[in-house]
Amino acid sequence: MRALLRDIYSTSHEFVRTFGAFQLFFLRLLQHSPRMLLRRPGLVVKQIYNAGALSLVIIMVCGFFVGGVLGLQGYANLARFNAEDSVGTVVALALIKELGPVITALLFAGRAGTALSSEIGLMKATDQLSAMEMMAVNPVRRVLVPRFLGGVVAMPLLVAIFTCIGLFGANVVSVNLLSVDVGAFWQQMQLSVAMDDIREGIFKSIVFGVVASVLAVWEGYNAIPTAEGVGRATTRTVVITAISVLILDFMITAVML
Amino acid sequence: MQQTRSVEIGTGLFVLLGMSALFFLTTQTTGGDSFSAAETYTVEASFENIGSLKSRAPVAMSGVTIGRVTKVSFDAETLEARVRFEIDSQYSQIPDDSDASILTSGLLGSQYIGLQAGGSDTYLEEGSEVYFTQSAIVLENLIGKFLVNAGSGGDE
Repeated sequence: MRALLRDIYSTSHEFVRTFGAFQLFFLRLLQHSPRMLLRRPGLVVKQIYNAGALSLVIIMVCGFFVGGVLGLQGYANLARFNAEDSVGTVVALALIKELGPVITALLFAGRAGTALSSEIGLMKATDQLSAMEMMAVNPVRRVLVPRFLGGVVAMPLLVAIFTCIGLFGANVVSVNLLSVDVGAFWQQMQLSVAMDDIREGIFKSIVFGVVASVLAVWEGYNAIPTAEGVGRATTRTVVITAISVLILDFMITAVML
Repeated sequence: MQQTRSVEIGTGLFVLLGMSALFFLTTQTTGGDSFSAAETYTVEASFENIGSLKSRAPVAMSGVTIGRVTKVSFDAETLEARVRFEIDSQYSQIPDDSDASILTSGLLGSQYIGLQAGGSDTYLEEGSEVYFTQSAIVLENLIGKFLVNAGSGGDE
């Protein structure tokens, strides 16, 4: 019994400690961010390329098919109420407010987040980070901050691209294949999508970008420097990012509604 | 060197693509804020029934949006709905005997105020009132009238 209590105590103690360490780590990243952005923009650009441009393929393909399936489902189910013309509204609101930011964040965690944390974890396992410290180069500033900033910049842009391609996919499916009127599709959308909806989507994408990037960098930086440890860090990145993004999504939606 | 160049080009393309996607989203998927005039004048009208008219609903004349509803309230004395709306100042020559009716855009669309020009020589201005108004068509009332007519028609 006592052993169990001690276990619970030490686990929760460890959890709180990790959480606190994470906050401090986040603050350190933020503290170094403006200077790196001004002084070494080249490093950040390289990471925007890694996190953003290299994720384009998966984002665009997934966006197209997510939009397409929304078009299919929207059409099939709205047709029961003779409201096929509203399919544009349904697809646009779903993509802009929810699916765009959330699915992009999950894909981003899978494509760019894992790459970040395994890269940083491997740098740690091969003592590159320690070598930097020996040379009086701050690895947080030189390695972590540009990767974090790259993710933060890339994510909202990826969300916008995902959403646009999704709308295009829905247009292809419902207008070209299922004969919804093209005017009705876009006009109903424009009538009911307000600027607030787009603002909500952009806000979410910025929050998710920060969360996904900081978690990937954090997991990589704290990986156990072995082959197994790096693998585990990569897995944890995806799992923790997915959980936090979905919980945050619920909270943001609840607050903004 | 060659590699940095291709990275820069890739990043540039990516950011441009993202920006244009954002631009597309903000301009093409919303039509909400099509009315934005720097100077407006405010007009009021009483309606027997406004249906589901909300503030920010468009005010249109001949189908063109020239203004926006700013406030919907209930007048406890006349027991009618008071609607205040603003009209772009560049349309300052709307006759003051124009009539305002509450219409619906499309079958399931949102409601808006349609102005029909009158023949007066004096024009609407800040604070004036539109006296001729027509209520929104409430579907239940319409069906009710239809049923009553059908019933009385059957008796004869």
